[in-house]
Amino acid sequence: MARMTMIEAIRSAMDVCMERDERVVVYGEDVGYFGGVFRCTQGLQKKYGKHRCFDSPINESGIVGTAIGMAVYGLRPCVEIQFADYMYPAYDQLTQEAARIRYRSNNDFTVPMTVRMPTGGGIFGGQTHSQSPEALFAHVCGLKTVIPSNPYDAKGLLIAAIEDDDPVIFLEPKRLYNGPFDGHYDQPVTPWKKHPLGEVPDGHYVEPLGKAAIRREGEDVTVLAYGTMVHVAEAAAKETGVDAEIIDLRTIVPLDFEAIEASVRKTGRCVIVHEATRTCGFGAELMAVVQEGCFYHLEAPVIRVTGWDTPYPHAHEWTYFPGPARVGAALKKVMEG
Amino acid sequence: MNDVAPLSLYVPEPEFRPGDEPDFSGVKIPQAGSVRRPEIDVDPEEIHDLAYSIIRVMNREGEAVGPWAGYLDDDEALKGLRDMMTVRAYDARMLTAQRQGKTSFYMLSLGEEAIACAFQRALSPGDMNFPTYRQQGLLITAGYPILDMMNQVYSNSKDPVAGRQLPVMYTSKKHGFFTISGNLATQFVQAVGWAMASAIRGDTKIAAGWIGDGSTAESDFHAALVFASTYRAPVVLNIVNNQWAISTYQGIARGRAATFAARGLGFGLPSLRVDGNDYLAVYAVAKWAVERARRGHGPTLIEYVTYRVGPHSTSDDPSAYRPQKESDAWPLGDPVERLKNYLIRKGVWSEERHAQAKAQIESEIAQLQKEAEKNGTLHSGPKPPPRRMFEDVYKEMPLHLVRQRQEAGV
Repeated sequence: MARMTMIEAIRSAMDVCMERDERVVVYGEDVGYFGGVFRCTQGLQKKYGKHRCFDSPINESGIVGTAIGMAVYGLRPCVEIQFADYMYPAYDQLTQEAARIRYRSNNDFTVPMTVRMPTGGGIFGGQTHSQSPEALFAHVCGLKTVIPSNPYDAKGLLIAAIEDDDPVIFLEPKRLYNGPFDGHYDQPVTPWKKHPLGEVPDGHYVEPLGKAAIRREGEDVTVLAYGTMVHVAEAAAKETGVDAEIIDLRTIVPLDFEAIEASVRKTGRCVIVHEATRTCGFGAELMAVVQEGCFYHLEAPVIRVTGWDTPYPHAHEWTYFPGPARVGAALKKVMEG
Repeated sequence: MNDVAPLSLYVPEPEFRPGDEPDFSGVKIPQAGSVRRPEIDVDPEEIHDLAYSIIRVMNREGEAVGPWAGYLDDDEALKGLRDMMTVRAYDARMLTAQRQGKTSFYMLSLGEEAIACAFQRALSPGDMNFPTYRQQGLLITAGYPILDMMNQVYSNSKDPVAGRQLPVMYTSKKHGFFTISGNLATQFVQAVGWAMASAIRGDTKIAAGWIGDGSTAESDFHAALVFASTYRAPVVLNIVNNQWAISTYQGIARGRAATFAARGLGFGLPSLRVDGNDYLAVYAVAKWAVERARRGHGPTLIEYVTYRVGPHSTSDDPSAYRPQKESDAWPLGDPVERLKNYLIRKGVWSEERHAQAKAQIESEIAQLQKEAEKNGTLHSGPKPPPRRMFEDVYKEMPLHLVRQRQEAGV
């Protein structure tokens, strides 16, 4: 066991996979010699050589398109898009190609590829360094979409993603890279080494895709969250005294229906929290799942706390970001219903 | 005050529209045998001129001449003729089947048969093509069962892709033919990645990417060139310039501003231009590029100059945008006729044998069609089981798909 930040845990996952399987290759913009703009690939090129970890031209479609070709050949590429905000040029390759090659070829060709992307706000990243585009992936049949909230999960889920035989979008909340962030931007951030989930095994282990984790057991209300919002929800529960059951979804496709339905049937109330914009965000799907699966158990309307339906602003970061005050207000409101 | 004339938008137009008399006498066609053949390890800087010329082997008299001649023996050339005739007969049969309502859609490669058929003969087992929807010649030349191609076109009970894909979107890993996508140009950069993988693993396999003239305007064309060049990937990047992208002439993709081959020069790629209707020239150039890639000298860009004689697809009517006789006026002729004349002149083929072979091939294709139709056509007979619709989205079916399959009752 070691104490790791999320950056170190992600790096360790790639290190473990590259060590175990020569087919694993890692590349992207600034990923090679420099070790990534967030240091997630630091040292990998030195350890495994330039043919296993290398810098790419600035072309997201090219990064994903070549990775698809490599995966079809039989490698297991784990590529990086520098910010999720810049995945759009690769969207054609991800949605029309990677997601559908197994299906359209009737298993003749497959794409065991992982695409890592730093995601989310809370860092004064403005419009193009803060987006949370997970709903755009969740809507695509054939892709799996993973969003960890702590170093332990980040490593176990990334190893699972790299070893998975289907294409996986791996969204890394960059606000959580160095420590858990609960939305209290005016207070110092505690580092991961003081958090129990900052304790990470050195070697190989897997956290299964498609399984949620209960972060806090509770009786009053179920909170469905992922990424940074898991920590915000924990703070809001503590501060309001509402006995919330906080579910960290970890994987949004495939979704852990059983965990969601069991919890909401128990509590009878549900609050859904995400950073992404509201309309047609993943929260809408979660709301539909809860309504379909738990209608007769619900004692109040399901509430969503999300980013506003605006581009992510720079100056108004904390009015936009769904912090503990907004989540707390929703917890109280749902208890009145 | 303002002494500047108003700006105006320039929109390129083809020289000839319906009703015009097509005249291609202005198109510069170099003489057969006039273009040099560099060594396969040539520095790309030294052969910029090859991107602006056209490599041709067969002259007007049907003789093979010049430095690119002599790379195919008579038996191989006869096989090539048979491959092309088979593709043409298959296309004709499937076109008719679509007109008879047995399937929804078809795309023929009339006039472009030499390119795919000759290129495939230059590859080795294990190499991988990343084709578009107009390289059926690759599959037929590689020996893929035509019966399975028909089953795919009919989306019937024996369809190799379980009725999931539009007709002509074939796949066969075993025959080095990557699954075809409807999204243009995506495969061009995937081919580069496959080739990079072969290099990463220290393998000796090479990849071939395919794209049409119109699709070179897509972003992935650019992505493919920069990645291929950066990593010296063992890939042959093939541009089939058939002059037309549905109704849009190649000038809209700026084909006349510079050749399509010339686009490779800025990336440091050796870029060749070849007569796409000259089977011998296509083979010789393909072999050159394949050898260059296999021996680690890096990628090559090839533009095949040809003409799309048929409609874009069965949903298209070319008489609405180009002269009906334009293909007759096209100066590079018909690939089947040209190879036939070459072989007759060499004394290894004759008009009689050609007529016999044509009849025999057409009869074989008709027989296969009957067999395929026993497996069903799009609107009648057996179909792939509907439950297959839910399979292979993922390796293992997730719960939401299990629930939806149950809801669909299949």
